[in-house]
Amino acid sequence: MIDFEIDPQTQKRIELFHTVAEQMMRPISREYDEHEHEKPWDFLNAMWAASTAPGGDPMGGGDASGQGGVKLRNVYTVATTEELCWGDAGLFLSIPNAGLGGAAVMAAGTPEQKQRFLAPFRGGKPKWGAMAITEPGCGSDSAAVTTTATRDGDNWVLNGNKIFCTSGWMAVEKSEGFVVVWATVDKSAGRPGIKPFVVEHGTPGMSVTRLEKKLGIRVSDTAALVFDNCRVPADHLLGSAEVKRDGGGFKDVMATFDATRPIVAAMAIGVGRAALDFVREFLAEQKVEIRYGLSPRRLSAVERDFMEMEVQLKAARLLTWRAAWMLDMGMRNSLEASMAKAKAGLAVTLITQKAVELLGPLGYSRRNLVEKWMRDAKINDIFEGTQQINMIIVARRILEYSSKELN
Amino acid sequence: MLSFELSEEQQMIRDTVGAFAREQIRPAARPADESGEIPAALVAQAWQLGLVQGPIPESLGGNGDTRLATTGAIIAEELAYGDLAIAAHMLAPRLLAFPVLEMGTDEQRQRHLKRFTDASFAAASAALMEPRWDFDPAAMTTVARRDGNSFTLDGTKCMVALAAASDTLLVWAASANYDRVDGFLVARDTPGLSVGEREKNMGLKGLETFAVELKGCRVGAEARLGGENGADFTRAMSQSRVAMAAMGVGVAHAAFDYARDYAKERKAFGVPIATKQAVAFMLADMAIEIDAARLLVWEAAWHLDRGEDAHKESYLARNYVAASALKVTDNAVQVLGGHGYIREHPVEMWLRNARGFSALEGLATV
Repeated sequence: MIDFEIDPQTQKRIELFHTVAEQMMRPISREYDEHEHEKPWDFLNAMWAASTAPGGDPMGGGDASGQGGVKLRNVYTVATTEELCWGDAGLFLSIPNAGLGGAAVMAAGTPEQKQRFLAPFRGGKPKWGAMAITEPGCGSDSAAVTTTATRDGDNWVLNGNKIFCTSGWMAVEKSEGFVVVWATVDKSAGRPGIKPFVVEHGTPGMSVTRLEKKLGIRVSDTAALVFDNCRVPADHLLGSAEVKRDGGGFKDVMATFDATRPIVAAMAIGVGRAALDFVREFLAEQKVEIRYGLSPRRLSAVERDFMEMEVQLKAARLLTWRAAWMLDMGMRNSLEASMAKAKAGLAVTLITQKAVELLGPLGYSRRNLVEKWMRDAKINDIFEGTQQINMIIVARRILEYSSKELN
Repeated sequence: MLSFELSEEQQMIRDTVGAFAREQIRPAARPADESGEIPAALVAQAWQLGLVQGPIPESLGGNGDTRLATTGAIIAEELAYGDLAIAAHMLAPRLLAFPVLEMGTDEQRQRHLKRFTDASFAAASAALMEPRWDFDPAAMTTVARRDGNSFTLDGTKCMVALAAASDTLLVWAASANYDRVDGFLVARDTPGLSVGEREKNMGLKGLETFAVELKGCRVGAEARLGGENGADFTRAMSQSRVAMAAMGVGVAHAAFDYARDYAKERKAFGVPIATKQAVAFMLADMAIEIDAARLLVWEAAWHLDRGEDAHKESYLARNYVAASALKVTDNAVQVLGGHGYIREHPVEMWLRNARGFSALEGLATV
């Protein structure tokens, strides 16, 4: 039966995270946006303590062994992600957890590897997991990675450059975390030759060479990593070393994007909603009425713009919930996840840009957070699969074309 | 708990109505658009689906089904996928029957509902729209003035489907001080009501629509829907907007399927045009918009089914569909290129039909 009601347990957590967003994130948003590369340790420690406490709630995609009781786990994740990103998307990304690195371990690792690499995230000091795929020469074309992994006795030796690694600095230099590095064991094999390798903090031959200066989500560190004869034990390769024709590890990790795309869409929706809520309150204070039900020809331009922002956000949210729900139902959701990501990225870019526009000089000023939300929103249309890549994925699915037939 | 799954009954209804739309309605779409006529046999066939009779109580000859807006939205989408004009024709009697069913007095239900449980199609309709460029249901100019135990109706309506064939029309009119809107069950032969010439429209050409003039048209107090309590016009508008939006999704869905199939077949520069990114992206965008629009419609319908106010949701969904259905059908014409412009492939008809959603209200209800 079609039903849009969120279960009470999830609803309670949304309310809890709303409090976190309002009272812990919003007050420090501007400060950390202005002072890039500084870390809000009080906030990070508090979030870590909450997530690792008994009954706590590990956030992020790395740990699927989370709370029992919530039936629709992915719906729970997108709903709570939206709420935290309503607070601050950069701070959300900064929260210590196994992150995308953990997601890769879950997707490609053996049961023993999952235990070995993820158990440390259940306690002790705050730590981060990261994933390094993108290189200076390839982003969307992730199969074109040039970082190599060469077998040498009981080790793999990694050589190459990675950029745009979210939380890479925190993972390998500021905590006892790890980064999952995609490298090729056989360039001639193409995709099937690409494997994920866990590189733990402090491994010789790995160094952070740069922290990017960004348009938005500035509090989240974005690291460039260099691997110079970096040795990792053989059992740090997630899954099998075999170069299988059907892709093996690469395919597995790509499949995690079906789960993470709705989460990134939810991130965008949180930021978009922050801007929408701000505009709504502002207009109410200015006694500008939003008259639902009127013929559009009788609406003011501001009313039309606001309603457009509002319905675009609703549309993006419904698509995102659907994608998450399908995962919870055990259904393949590649098409729906890409639809949600493509729609959310675009809609929220437009919503936040329109919010700045509507508020005139007040929207442009750094005295209000709206301009920051526009800067924060933009990344959602780009990372975890650009809008264009997601559109290609949608197109392939609806046309039943392979990547060879449509590219 | 959150779910996007149709109930088994809804799946069955979708499949049945969908098959009827694809197999019976669709082949009649172009001929109806060209000739302005819908075959009576097709209307009779659709009548057997029970789309009007369903929720009427068994005591009055109906099936006594639970009336659900979500199910109504599914039905409206599937019918419109076949053809919008034919769908509107088949659903028109609901415009009178459903408000009477939900909001009428016992006497009104007794008097007006039985005819919809007869074996053959019973034409009926509602008069809502007015021929003003900025028509607004919230600012209606058709007025009902109370005079003791009767009302006098004055005003002009347009886009009244099946008016000439309907015995009774539900006329929506504002009270004299414009603080509420009421429905009046008016027999077509009431003095002061005149049905004009059949209208000519850009699309929906198979649907008979008419202007209806009301000049000192007097009706008894018993004609007012809901009696002394009146009717919940806001809810009726929400129900109508959900239905219209659902039909828009159906039209867009039809256009997308057709354009997608065409693009996979049609070759240019040696390859199917669907393999070109410009075309593929257009189709991907269309698919996303249709899915988004459908979910917005369902959410509004769901609120209605919970007895909640859906005023805002139905309005936003309607506006979204008006824009997205236009974009999708326009893109469908574009995908077919020159062939899309000719009145042979259905896409140009769907564009003409889709353009109407931004202006038209009250041609269907759930």
